[in-house]
Amino acid sequence: MDKKEEKEGILWKLFWAMFALSACTFGGGFVIVSLMKKKYVEELGWLKEDEMLDITAIAQSSPGPIPINASVILGYRMRGIIGALVAILGTALPPMIIITLISFFYVEFRSNPVISVALQVMRAGVAAVIFDVVINLAGNVWKTKRVFYIGLMIAAFIAKIVFGVSAMAVIFCCLAAGFLDLFLDMGKSGKEA
Amino acid sequence: MVLLRLFFSFIQVGLFSVGGGYAAIPLIQNQIVEVHKLMTLEEFTDLITIAEMTPGPISINSATFVGNRLAGVTGAVICTLGCVLPSFFICLALAYVYYKYRSVSGVQTVLGALRPAVVALIASAGLSILMLGLFQAEASEIVLSDFRVIEFLLFAGGLFILRKYKVNAIAIIFGTGVVGTLAYSLMP
Repeated sequence: MDKKEEKEGILWKLFWAMFALSACTFGGGFVIVSLMKKKYVEELGWLKEDEMLDITAIAQSSPGPIPINASVILGYRMRGIIGALVAILGTALPPMIIITLISFFYVEFRSNPVISVALQVMRAGVAAVIFDVVINLAGNVWKTKRVFYIGLMIAAFIAKIVFGVSAMAVIFCCLAAGFLDLFLDMGKSGKEA
Repeated sequence: MVLLRLFFSFIQVGLFSVGGGYAAIPLIQNQIVEVHKLMTLEEFTDLITIAEMTPGPISINSATFVGNRLAGVTGAVICTLGCVLPSFFICLALAYVYYKYRSVSGVQTVLGALRPAVVALIASAGLSILMLGLFQAEASEIVLSDFRVIEFLLFAGGLFILRKYKVNAIAIIFGTGVVGTLAYSLMP
């Protein structure tokens, strides 16, 4: 009985957490991923940081909206297929409700000066949240003290910002680097054996 | 049966938009404006503006908007369902494979190289939004004289509070919204 209640409790928590995160993800997939990291890794302790990064990579390289992809994987992790369904619902409902409300008076919405100022200044808050998450994440990559990982991180950042390489291409290049690392590793341990 | 056709249109959008919101825009435009002629290009541009101003993925926003217009809430639900269906099955399969094999040491080695890349991608997304906030322009076309002091103070203050106290991220985002709007209304 207690176990069943606990399971339902997690589903509710999952739904409301996704609902709240989705309601304030201005600015694309990586914003919601930063918020998810804060919520599920730091606040609730449901996931390990590495796991969240893996989920992000999978969500980014699968077709479909990144927030939806990430919630399917995260929901599946917590409570299987039901968890995935609950997480999708939590993520999809806020934009559906907001767009439905706005579609009744969207001309007024688009030209309202207060709304446009609020949306503009909120970007500063969103940026602060992402930077907070990035400082922690980059610090942990730094702590591995592996030149290979730190180099990959810097190279990926420069490729994206300076050369405008797509996120997909960055992920696939680093995946290739990972396989290379694996083969070098196997070569080494083969010699030792 | 427009609704059923639209359902399949949004399945295609969900299936072929790899790499986030902006990749989906041309696909949605093709389906809604060119194939089904449900909107003029001008209305579609308005829709994209609204989608960018509101939370949520662009494809879900457009599916809701188009569906609503055609058949009210039912339409919105059907179109959104089409949009998330491919994600659901594909990511469920990937999640299954990931959780089955992730503890294998070779898999860990490969994923290890992927994580720094993800950190870099999140960082670059953060930088783009910061530039958009501070200069109201993309990172590649900023003009230094457009620098906005209020947004900078909000960013610095928000980051300081987040680092120093464990504050809820959502509170920070809405907090900057309220404080910033007040600041702009007090000094025009």
